[in-house]
Amino acid sequence: MSEHVDSVKTYVLVFLGLIFLTVATTAVAFVNLGPFSVVAALGIACCKALLVALFFMHVRHSTKLTRLVLLGGLMWLAILLLLTLGDVMSRGWVGVPGR
Amino acid sequence: MASESHVHEETVALREQFDTEAQQKDASTLGMWIFLITEVMFFGGIFLAYTVYRRAYPEIFAVASTTLNVYIGAANTVVLLCSSLTMVLAVRAAQLGKSKAIVLFLILTLILGGVFLGVKAYEWNEKYVEHHIPGPAFHMEGLSPDLQGHAQLFFSLYFAMTGLHALHMVIGAGLLSYLIMMARKGRYTAEYNTPVDLIGLYWHFVDIIWIFLFPLLYLIDRHLK
Repeated sequence: MSEHVDSVKTYVLVFLGLIFLTVATTAVAFVNLGPFSVVAALGIACCKALLVALFFMHVRHSTKLTRLVLLGGLMWLAILLLLTLGDVMSRGWVGVPGR
Repeated sequence: MASESHVHEETVALREQFDTEAQQKDASTLGMWIFLITEVMFFGGIFLAYTVYRRAYPEIFAVASTTLNVYIGAANTVVLLCSSLTMVLAVRAAQLGKSKAIVLFLILTLILGGVFLGVKAYEWNEKYVEHHIPGPAFHMEGLSPDLQGHAQLFFSLYFAMTGLHALHMVIGAGLLSYLIMMARKGRYTAEYNTPVDLIGLYWHFVDIIWIFLFPLLYLIDRHLK
């Protein structure tokens, strides 16, 4: 079997990156960035999730079919989030006659 | 078929419907990812509910979420990341066929998972002591009676999200125990280690869920305090 075996060094470096990002997101949370606090927190969380998926879950060595399934799944998640939030957040924008 | 292009011997490791072990492994991995996608959608719905209600009652959610202990949350995140490292090292040991190392790293992963759940139990107990568990005894200090319901909503979502995450951890701990038992019998080799690999994927997925739960529940309103 032609399996890719990553070195222990790679995994430890990714792990240290994840710890660094955890400390960073905790520290940044105490700084008042206004609405960008959410952006910073979720941006760092996405970076951490990407590191875990690519290295620990071996997505960077996975087959094209697996990647396609993963991206397809995330697309459905995006539909769920974007359409629902698009509805909820835009409700006050237009006045409803008679209300 | 009268003439086969290659001889297909069925072994314990290779089922008859697959041509090669690599093909069998790819199919198993794909199946696990499809299951994980269903889990993403499952948790995605709860994350969405949290976002919608947080947007509806931002002030109350900020007050309620800042009662969580951010340092305990961060420490627990580190514990979970450590368990992901030991898990991936167990998978690596399995790829190399080092059965003693597999058992060692799986046990470490199980212990770290147990530590995470222990800390979570401590946090939940704190909520119980503070009367922050939704129900008739719920009381949030400094909030007028008509706002107590909105604060309960935050804690309902908090317990639903961390509770479902913890349930996944408990299932993961059960799966790890099974792997440890089988690995001790020398069941996993460099040629056949699919269960270690797939349960590894599950464990990392549960880690990713926490990676999003931690900032959403503990961090995003911290600067308002």
